Amino acid sequence: MDANFVQQAIWYFFAALTVLSAAVVVFSRSLIHSAFSLLFTFFGVAALYVMLGADFLAATQLVIYVGGILVLLLFGVMLTHKLYNLDLRTETFQFFPGLLVTSAVFLTLGGVMLRTEWHRGPERAPAPTTAQIGELFMRDYILPFEIASVFLLVALIGAAMIVRRRETQ
Amino acid sequence: MIGLDHYLLVSALLFSLGIMGVLTRKNAVNVLMGIELILNSANLNLVAFSRFSAGNLTGQVFAVFVIIIAAAEAAVALAIVLSMYRLVKSVNLDRADSLKG
Repeated sequence: MDANFVQQAIWYFFAALTVLSAAVVVFSRSLIHSAFSLLFTFFGVAALYVMLGADFLAATQLVIYVGGILVLLLFGVMLTHKLYNLDLRTETFQFFPGLLVTSAVFLTLGGVMLRTEWHRGPERAPAPTTAQIGELFMRDYILPFEIASVFLLVALIGAAMIVRRRETQ
Repeated sequence: MIGLDHYLLVSALLFSLGIMGVLTRKNAVNVLMGIELILNSANLNLVAFSRFSAGNLTGQVFAVFVIIIAAAEAAVALAIVLSMYRLVKSVNLDRADSLKG
């Protein structure tokens, strides 16, 4: 077996893992199944980042999405449901109109993807990216970087304010 | 060989599944999961174009900003879901109808 074939097999495995677990997230009736399936989706996307040569982003994806956002979502599930029984059934509505809109969106995206002649620039050789990204943040993107940090602070303080229990009433 | 089109196809599938989740689920936390899928698909596109078309790291820098926005969005949206639960004792979106005429 040559290395190229192995690489392709690994890519198809992770692509299938990503898409299938995303389908479970969307179509599963149980909220807990959806939440844990989202873990595999995030993991699969991180693996695809690795195969694109984006090592820093893959680590960021694991730390922020799996370690942060997914835990936050699980807290959301546990704070808003009584966990006496583990099968939390959730309902769906507008199933067939939703399916129609979804297929229209997918066919549009697929059509655009196939018909467009994408600009093929010079491919970036796989190399460690962390130092370069840090340099870009500190030089070219210093203003968006600072704005993002203030934005994150404001959003988190705002979130804490929204859920604070009112003392009166 | 795995090229740009493969990544765009995976990204389009993730985006469509996210749209499906946002449109059809009743539970607000499930809708948030759909939004996370959509943001992930956009990120995958940015990184793929950064690898195959641009030849520089600008797409990855944008992807980091998208992740920052996603973290803030998840925190604020869950705060809103929790106060909605406190108000109507449910997170089903059809119960959030107090602005309905």
